[in-house]
Amino acid sequence: MNAPRKAALVGNPNAGKSALFNALTGARQKIANYPGVTVERKAGRLVLGSGEEIELIDLPGSYSFDATSPDEEVTRALVHGEFQGESAPDVMVLVLDAANLEQHLVFAQEVIELGRPTVVALNMVDLAQRDGLTLDPDALSQALGVPVVPTVAVRRKGLAELTAAIASAEADAMADDMAHPRPHLTLPERRLAARNIAKAAILSQSTTRRLHAGLDRILLHPWLGPPILFALLFVIFQAVFAWATPFADGLEALAGLLAGLVNTAVPAGIFRDFLTEGVIAGVGGVVVFLPQIVILFAFILMMEATGYMARAAFIMDRMMASVGLSGRSFIPLLSSFACAIPGIMATRSIADPKDRLTTILIAPLMTCSARLPVYGVVIAAVIPNIKVWGAIGLQGLVLFALYVAGIVGAMVVALVLRRSVTAGRASGFIMELPRYQLPRLRDLAIGLWQRAWVFLRRAGTIIFAATVVLWVLLTFPQAEPGESQLDVSVAGKIATAMHVAFEPIGFNREMTLALVPAMAAREVAVASLATTYAVDTEDEAQTEQALREQIASRWSLPTALAFLAWFVFAPQCLSTIAVARRETNGWKWPVFMLAYLFALAYVFAGITFWAATALGL
Amino acid sequence: MQLRLRSGSGLIMKLDALERGRRATITSVDWDAIAPDEGKRLRALGLDEGARTAIAHRGVFGGRDPIAVMVGRMTIAIRRVHAAAMVVEPA
Repeated sequence: MNAPRKAALVGNPNAGKSALFNALTGARQKIANYPGVTVERKAGRLVLGSGEEIELIDLPGSYSFDATSPDEEVTRALVHGEFQGESAPDVMVLVLDAANLEQHLVFAQEVIELGRPTVVALNMVDLAQRDGLTLDPDALSQALGVPVVPTVAVRRKGLAELTAAIASAEADAMADDMAHPRPHLTLPERRLAARNIAKAAILSQSTTRRLHAGLDRILLHPWLGPPILFALLFVIFQAVFAWATPFADGLEALAGLLAGLVNTAVPAGIFRDFLTEGVIAGVGGVVVFLPQIVILFAFILMMEATGYMARAAFIMDRMMASVGLSGRSFIPLLSSFACAIPGIMATRSIADPKDRLTTILIAPLMTCSARLPVYGVVIAAVIPNIKVWGAIGLQGLVLFALYVAGIVGAMVVALVLRRSVTAGRASGFIMELPRYQLPRLRDLAIGLWQRAWVFLRRAGTIIFAATVVLWVLLTFPQAEPGESQLDVSVAGKIATAMHVAFEPIGFNREMTLALVPAMAAREVAVASLATTYAVDTEDEAQTEQALREQIASRWSLPTALAFLAWFVFAPQCLSTIAVARRETNGWKWPVFMLAYLFALAYVFAGITFWAATALGL
Repeated sequence: MQLRLRSGSGLIMKLDALERGRRATITSVDWDAIAPDEGKRLRALGLDEGARTAIAHRGVFGGRDPIAVMVGRMTIAIRRVHAAAMVVEPA
């Protein structure tokens, strides 16, 4: 066999697998999807002592091979060698939480029964010690019949020893490629054995779990817990706007500088226009929002790494239950505030299929970061920057209302769906609440970098391509003197045709035009408007400021509000539709999603426009 | 349902009626009252006949759902319907 040798990290959820994976592979990791499912395939290179490299994959956490959720099914199929296009791992690296030995040993026995070369990483021994546990790795190794290495992934302890143990297990696998399955036990037998093995491996224990229990007493308090969570969410959204501003300003200044540079270096003409009006105005208008995305994800990753995210799910469970969902749906929905794609992918931990489908269908209603460019520009242009009720600004209030509109919309839609197309028995809520942990900066940084990179790649590919195509359509054919470039261009003609349908809800022609490329990604609407007005006014200075001024002078307030209302609902994101298709195995649900969201968008934009007009705004 | 005379208090009640912080042993579970998939998950987490457990937290805003139970060194969130299907004997 010449395929690269492969080791797989397996274990219960919350055993610290991902931290161990990061510690072992560092930045040398690759995230892709398993073919056919959207479960992330995290793979990296592990350098053995001999200098030889093997592939290390991080499998989704499982409580047993008796799979109930899609991600557990991936783990089961893969370690059994039943996964299409992926060979079974040569070495199993079983990650156990040292402080939860009795529970984690149940699944551990199932893995060891497979009879493949296995190495146990007895992880988080430091936290076990903090909890008053002293363990004997040798006794554990003897009882399990496989090598056991104590590790503290977040402190990089035991990594060399673990790598050496993997290397020697890998050498064994080379010498003997056969699995030697051990007798299969039933669950009660395994549980009894787990209790006995844990008893033998625990040298001493006291039951001090003060920090953990004390934190939960406050954070899960029936009356204190929810306000703490809401306060945290409020701080997060405040931070997304307040902290990001200086960075966004910096990026914008950089775009201006770049445009200036191009203006002096490139002779005037169509190519210079392409660079300044097309590339810099279009892509720059989107990259400006990177700081906000990074900040939002920093909070989400931190909530996950500390263990607080599961508590948030606990607190939200009752509220989610009232619309037929469970607390589990809260995590994907919160991620969807950054981007619906990781949000929809996070639904894979929801075992109930109807529950999961409902969550996928409403995830695009959470105000994702791609809407921020649209909201940000339009609000700044048409909503006066004044204070109402003391320190609260009107602009912020409008933004908050847009977020609330999305959330309320999602809840109402969930309620309706659970009584119609996704009707079924009420879903339950079963979830482990992991111990609190201090997150390691490195793990957060790796996670953040991955999210930021996905966003930048989108800006560099989809958004760039859409902007270029739009610029070409806007620029040709060229207008004669006295004619408006927008009227003459191909894009202008398309917009004029489409405008018939959008005029009743108050959209002007540039807005209608912006909707077309924004099908690729919502933020392209801003790039599109920027390019449109830049071409139309032959304005060389391509700043967000210029776009704001154009909007302020050309759009009426009802029109602008209708545009905002449209974007609360409109499913304008090809990637989301693609992920929904992959995740639901077909076109049926993505088409349903598109239809209902566009219908809602049209109706609510219309209502907003007519109501605002009637009120004389 | 049988009473165990050895260690328990002799009392028998549903897990959802157990007072917070009091330790108990699960003596029987009405698996028919729980969806099959959820039953599998509860068993995989160790919430099964013979498990020692206690309620750590219950409800938000005065409601009685969800419930956080301790099993071994794990804390697990479940719904009241699950707890109501489990008969426990307080220690």
